[in-house]
Amino acid sequence: MLHGLAGQALAFVAALALAPLLSGWVAQCRAWLQNRTAPPLWQPWLVLHKRLLRETVVAENASPLFRSVPALVFACMAIVCTIIPTLSTDLPLAVVADAVVLVGLLALARVLLSLAAMDVGTAFGTLGARRDMMVGFLAEPVLLMVLFTAALGARSTSLASIVDVLAHRELAIMPSLAFAGVAFTMVSLAENGRIPVDNPTTHLELTMIHEALTLEYSGQHLALIEWAATLKLFAYSCIGIALFCPWGLAADDTPLALLLAVPALVAKLAIGGMLLAIAETVSAKMRIFRVPEYLGIAFVLAVIGMLIHILLGA
Amino acid sequence: MNATASTALFLLACVLLAPLIAAVILGFIGDRPGARLFNVAASTVTAGAALLLAAHIIKHGPVLALSEAFHLDALSALVLAITTFVTLTTSLHSVDYMHTECARGRFSRAQQRIYHAMFQFIAFALGLALSANNMGILWVAMEGATLATVLIVSLDRSRPALQAAWKFFVLCGVGILQALFGTVLLYMAAERVIGADEGALLWTHLAAIRTRLDPQIITLAFALLFVGYGTKMGLVPFHGWLPDAHAEGPTPVTAVLSGLLLGVALHAILRCKILADGALQTPVAGQLMIGFGLLSVLLAALLLARQQDLRKLLAWSSVEHMGILAIAFGLGGAAATLAGLMHLLGHALVKSGLYFSAAQAVQWSGTGQISGIRGLLGARPTLAWSLLLGTIAILGLPPFSLFPSEFMTISILLQRMPWAAAALLVALVIAFASITLQVRNMTLGEAQVEAAASPGPGHHRVGPLKRIDAIVGAAPALVHLAIALLLGLALPAWAENWLRQAVAVVAG
Amino acid sequence: MNALALQFIDLLAAVSLLLAFALLIQRRFSAMIDFYATQSLVLVITTSLAGWMTGQRHLYLSAALTFVLKVVLIPVLMHTLLRRLHLDSTVDTVVKLPTTLLMGLLLVIFAFGVARPIAQLSTALASGTLGIALAGVLIGFLMMITRSRAIPQVLAFLAMENGVFLAATGVTHGMPMVVELGIAVDVLIGILILGVFLSHLHSAAPSPGATAREGDGA
Repeated sequence: MLHGLAGQALAFVAALALAPLLSGWVAQCRAWLQNRTAPPLWQPWLVLHKRLLRETVVAENASPLFRSVPALVFACMAIVCTIIPTLSTDLPLAVVADAVVLVGLLALARVLLSLAAMDVGTAFGTLGARRDMMVGFLAEPVLLMVLFTAALGARSTSLASIVDVLAHRELAIMPSLAFAGVAFTMVSLAENGRIPVDNPTTHLELTMIHEALTLEYSGQHLALIEWAATLKLFAYSCIGIALFCPWGLAADDTPLALLLAVPALVAKLAIGGMLLAIAETVSAKMRIFRVPEYLGIAFVLAVIGMLIHILLGA
Repeated sequence: MNATASTALFLLACVLLAPLIAAVILGFIGDRPGARLFNVAASTVTAGAALLLAAHIIKHGPVLALSEAFHLDALSALVLAITTFVTLTTSLHSVDYMHTECARGRFSRAQQRIYHAMFQFIAFALGLALSANNMGILWVAMEGATLATVLIVSLDRSRPALQAAWKFFVLCGVGILQALFGTVLLYMAAERVIGADEGALLWTHLAAIRTRLDPQIITLAFALLFVGYGTKMGLVPFHGWLPDAHAEGPTPVTAVLSGLLLGVALHAILRCKILADGALQTPVAGQLMIGFGLLSVLLAALLLARQQDLRKLLAWSSVEHMGILAIAFGLGGAAATLAGLMHLLGHALVKSGLYFSAAQAVQWSGTGQISGIRGLLGARPTLAWSLLLGTIAILGLPPFSLFPSEFMTISILLQRMPWAAAALLVALVIAFASITLQVRNMTLGEAQVEAAASPGPGHHRVGPLKRIDAIVGAAPALVHLAIALLLGLALPAWAENWLRQAVAVVAG
Repeated sequence: MNALALQFIDLLAAVSLLLAFALLIQRRFSAMIDFYATQSLVLVITTSLAGWMTGQRHLYLSAALTFVLKVVLIPVLMHTLLRRLHLDSTVDTVVKLPTTLLMGLLLVIFAFGVARPIAQLSTALASGTLGIALAGVLIGFLMMITRSRAIPQVLAFLAMENGVFLAATGVTHGMPMVVELGIAVDVLIGILILGVFLSHLHSAAPSPGATAREGDGA
């Protein structure tokens, strides 16, 4: 139990520390692929540091909701990161929160952000909130379907036991997971505001989705929200790794095993980030009204994955 | 190999090879003046051989030739005989038709070559579909016949013709793929019983083990095969291609389509139904056929009155009759099957005869529109009479052979499913009224001034020659009607024996 | 090892279904042709794998035939046709894309439901392929309905045919060789006729298939 708690703490710390680095790594890879001079890996940390030191300016008509949302969103994302089996599957906290709670927490964070964006009453905030809710309401069922497909095999919705089963079965090809994997990749891109759905580096307000939500934030608030965004990307990457590439997790709770699991995780994240950068470089951003089609495809793939699981039993 | 077997083999070779060789030769010389007569000659050889083969089968029983690749019993011999016979008369009609059309310059030389080659190729494909023992080969032959028909329907390259051909290609292609899936499933079911070898798709083997085939697989297989070959047969709701293809293709081919392709598709469905009945031990297959048959008759009856094109009118009448056939065979049992076979024969004869007449009426008036054909009786009495008599026959009036067959079907349906019989009767009455009205308008009334004033190039002869010409042109249709009349008045003993043998194949 | 190969066949079947969906929603003609070629390639691999597992020589022949015909010849022909006729515009779908997707999903559910009891009876290789193949055929059918232009309709036809062949490979050990040869010849001739057709239709007016459905209710 004590080891479990230690492992949990280590995972939590690793998440907070690695999340900005993952975003930095993706930005770096993108820069390399586009023949630009890459920013340093720790650039997001530098930005966070800068934001945390700056004064926080808040609109005059902002309600307390506006002030509390950054912390709440950050808390949601932090909890999400702790209930995903990143280093080991023995997570004391994961007992109370299964896959459905995970999706719920992500939804909660989204609703809070949208409310805050509309709170001040600017046009872009409301526009962004509307777009973000549209993406969210289409993306959540996909994520649920993907998680359910994996849960069908483990006969449990607990993430820890799903990953446990997936990591310890004998080598077998599972077509259902192939479908789920494609669907999950598509939905991750949409949820994290990446190309082809959104462009994280855009400065063009009209095309913004996620950035439009945070236009009114500054200083420490903005730092927390950006940190939360990197945590979200980290969480999605870890879900992907846990479901589709669960090898290398700590087999038991000994500190050595946990420490060995960290480099494995870093390596997998590095590969994943590289793939994400490649995917973003080769594709173009789609028009906003194509997004429902895109997510519709993801949904169909996820459902087919589940059906194939039922048909083939694998 | 004994004498009877080698005789059968020789006749079978004639039936299949004569049209195939003719198709190749006509592919090269199809544009020469003699090609039309060569076409007739090839068809004569085929028809003669087929009739002799049929006689042989009635006398000596089913033929199984060339290491079981070919199989003909009384049922397929019946369909084969009528198919080749109608092909022969169609080729006779085609002489006159092509003469007129070519004189008008409608077809280029290349198109004439395609026309004649494909005409014979369809005859070959239909013969193969009827005589193949392998269900896969049956599929290939049906698809071959479809492709050849597509080429002929689109022959004059006009936009409506291309569209009709495209529709035919796409719809029948989709349908026939369902049939292929059904064939695969059939193979799967057979494989479970007799193992994976070439014999697992041979109909004779399948029929032998039909009670041991897995019911679940066969249900799905029959459903797919029924949809597939039902599309070819023109059953509602898979009928979309039929009216257009019939209206746009050269009429002799339309006659072949209507009389024969539909019949051959029905033959394929019957083969599958025999297997399904054996495997399922329930009348599901028959009920499926009755359901779709009824639907076809009803829709056709409702749409007949709205048709403005003569050949579309006849095409919808084909849909109606295919529906009646599906009902008759769906009912099962010896009496209903006999009625179905009689109806198949009668419809093939009368409908192709009607198409011959329609072709001449269209050539005479220069339009396919019913409203454009007026006063036929005054201008072309022989043609008008053959059209009128054909209509009487197709409506199922006595004394033609469609009357007893329809009557038997309805009375059996009345015993088994009174409500369905009521629906069928209502539909038949509506169809009757629509067709009568349309044909009355064409034949009676004032002759058209324009049509008479500008006759086609085929009508320059005068005096007694003109009359002989008219009679010769109407001869194929009249011959068909005469046979239908004879069959309707009294069945000769040998024909009755033949029909009984065919009924035994279907109804067991 | 054998179990893994079986699972691999299942995976290939699933990929073929995925490609069927890709064909269903793809808007550009040339990309559709490439998807079709890929789907055929998947079929080739499946057939060869089945041949290797069962030791049936004729499956290799069938795979080779599929490769030559459907991976090389037909796609090349269709690409040529596209270039010659300058047809590569966006497809005018009759039904909205999300609706199409949803209908496709329902068809997959239907196909799986129908095939499940039968799949359990199969003594042959991969039992799951029947449902997937049936779904592929139905999706091709749907594509036939939702697309109004000629090229997508033909590709739908060909995709359906691929589905049937997948069933033939996965559920039985392939059809007898005579039948496969006959089918291949038919398909080839069909495609050739189509080429002639398209040329004529196209020279007659700019949008070939758009009117091919008119008069459906007649």
